[in-house]
Amino acid sequence: MSRLQIKNLHATVDGKPILKGVNLEIESGKVHALMGPNGSGKSTLAYVVAGREGYEVTDGSVEFDGKDLLGLAPEERAHAGVFMAFQYPVEIPGVNNTYFLRAALNAQRKSRGEPELDSMQFLKLVREKLEVLHIEDDLLHRAVNEGFSGGEKKRNEIFQMAVLEPRLAILDETDSGLDIDALKLVADGVNRLRGDDRSMLIITHYQRLLDHIVPDAVHVLADGKIVASGDASLARKLEDQGYTWLEEGGIQPVKERAEEAAAG
Amino acid sequence: MNTEIKSLQQSENVGPGGPTPIAGENAVDAFVRRGYRHGFVTDIESESVPPGLDEGTVRWISARKNEPQWLLDWRLKALKYWQKLREPNWAHLRLTPIDFQAISYFSAPKSDKDRPKSLDEVDPKLLETYEKLGVPLHERARLAGVAVDAVFDSVSVGTTFKKELRNAGVIFCSFSEAVQDHPELVRQYLGSVVPSRDNFFAALNSAVFSDGSFVYVPKGVRCPMELSTYFRINAAETGQFERTLIIAEDDSYVSYLEGCTAPMRDENQLHAAVVELVALENAEIKYSTVQNWYPGDEHGRGGIYNFVTKRGDCRGDRSRISWTQVETGSAITWKYPSCILRGDHSRGEFYSVALTNNYQQADTGTKMIHLGRNTRSKIISKGISAGHGQNSYRGLVKVARKADNARNFTQCDSMLIGKNCGAHTFPYIEVANPTAKVEHEATTSRIGEDQLFYCLQRGISEENAVSMIVDGFCKQVFRELPMEFAVEAKALLEVSLEGAVG
Repeated sequence: MSRLQIKNLHATVDGKPILKGVNLEIESGKVHALMGPNGSGKSTLAYVVAGREGYEVTDGSVEFDGKDLLGLAPEERAHAGVFMAFQYPVEIPGVNNTYFLRAALNAQRKSRGEPELDSMQFLKLVREKLEVLHIEDDLLHRAVNEGFSGGEKKRNEIFQMAVLEPRLAILDETDSGLDIDALKLVADGVNRLRGDDRSMLIITHYQRLLDHIVPDAVHVLADGKIVASGDASLARKLEDQGYTWLEEGGIQPVKERAEEAAAG
Repeated sequence: MNTEIKSLQQSENVGPGGPTPIAGENAVDAFVRRGYRHGFVTDIESESVPPGLDEGTVRWISARKNEPQWLLDWRLKALKYWQKLREPNWAHLRLTPIDFQAISYFSAPKSDKDRPKSLDEVDPKLLETYEKLGVPLHERARLAGVAVDAVFDSVSVGTTFKKELRNAGVIFCSFSEAVQDHPELVRQYLGSVVPSRDNFFAALNSAVFSDGSFVYVPKGVRCPMELSTYFRINAAETGQFERTLIIAEDDSYVSYLEGCTAPMRDENQLHAAVVELVALENAEIKYSTVQNWYPGDEHGRGGIYNFVTKRGDCRGDRSRISWTQVETGSAITWKYPSCILRGDHSRGEFYSVALTNNYQQADTGTKMIHLGRNTRSKIISKGISAGHGQNSYRGLVKVARKADNARNFTQCDSMLIGKNCGAHTFPYIEVANPTAKVEHEATTSRIGEDQLFYCLQRGISEENAVSMIVDGFCKQVFRELPMEFAVEAKALLEVSLEGAVG
């Protein structure tokens, strides 16, 4: 059974159709990349899966481990194991990063009927994760993303992912705004978090992130639909030829294929 | 050289059809339903003077309190002046006119004549009231190391820790007792910071003030504990006019906290207090307020009108006064705790969190008057508006001609929750000395839909997310409060905001 199964997903923002029939399946433990030009609906897809208000699903379904995800509130989706690394991680002034993350983890644990971690247990866990990810621990003492550099914000997202151990991670343009060193650090963190029980959807505009995180599959989203799917080589092709060749019919659209899969 | 910037105005008012609606606003109403936790009425017979205010009322109050002639004269002078005044209307507030002749100006629990000698003699119902307020006089006070002088309506009913304080030489008693026991101190300092002719409400208070607290810290003494007073308005249709006077002699230190709560009533009640602080050479006074008067219901019915004049005088060189306030209650709050920085190198600070929900209105801020040389002031104001709340910061920073090297830093942040509330900033800056450095920073933010979603996405519930975000917003102010009150303030904010977002 697929970890994530998106069928014929249509969604609007402010009444404007953005997703126009997305079909996408991610197996347990697989890393998929979603590429596409600006405005094609990549981030919208991420928000719809995570349950952000204002993104209205007008048709189709999203199943997570066989359960209907669209019927759940955003925090319930988080409890089920959906994690989203934000393109623009939000600053919450005055709220300590550690405090925030412990509140999040304990809320998730509570929902699963697991005991909450006290601050000592939590600190121990956090130190382990920091070490694995090679992240400085001054991150712990600062307010959530407040005054963080672009690279620090993205690393903080990966750090949160490491602590929360989601079953599905959606990384929304995690590479945007990063220089090559920061990019490598982030990619390294992501690779360490790959695992049999963790699926990932990596949304990116550029191929360069995929040099460091090699995906099991690549999809191209254009105008609200997946227009091409393939293996990692598809990403390189996109890089070489840009997105325009899609429109020029340089590749055989996989639309039909996807629809067949959905029908089957 | 004169630099003068007057009334920089900055407002953000979000009305229906205004800027981008926030996600979750539909639930704004849902959150608010939670009742006012302190809404109970204590059934104790009280003795009130009939409504109305004239010379006779003032004479009655003064006689009943067995006051000396000079104090009666002082009151009458204030009354005469008040009768010539009109209510000010410059604040950014909407209120139904107050009928000052319909208010009863004095209410005391009936047992006043034979006042309890100790807490054991206090009416158990009264103590129960304090329990409900979360201020058990004996236990919590002792545990917290706080001396509580509780003002129940107009007469102070119990004071703790007197002995320990007396050993340190600190006088901490009700204002009425101070008039009897330390008339020379009262006479010397009363009205020396807030003259009876200062403003409409100060004049009114001067004429009819009932009770309040008095603190005197002698030279070189560091007050061994936090001092605390809980004010509470109980009787219907009575105003509470308390008067507090704190004097810190040279090289002394005192930290004082007042907490206020009022029961739930449909009609509006008036509260017009005056607080005067005097810090002499090298003395420090920290004054903290957690104000939770009844704010009215979700339709804006009832609630306290809170018109307060608070002012501290840094009279001595190197003296320091800091005001910290957490204002979550009252239908209307009109208050500007101020510092007169008279002594050289003196410092004034103002830390404020003001929250307005439902139909609450707050027009609050501070005045920092720099008179001495090398004086410094700092203003941190955090306004939170939810529901139909209106929140205004109004602050004056004035640097006099002789105040060389004065420094001020002002930070004024507003947070909006929902789409029907408003935040306004009215900073007044008057600088008459070219060496002054005055900084003003202001921000207005909305509890962002993006912040909320970020928390939700991590699995944190909406209610916890809101209180987390608001708490973070107020952190700079909360850390100025004594520890146990910071916890209380945080809890209070959570209660006041319940239902503000959903």
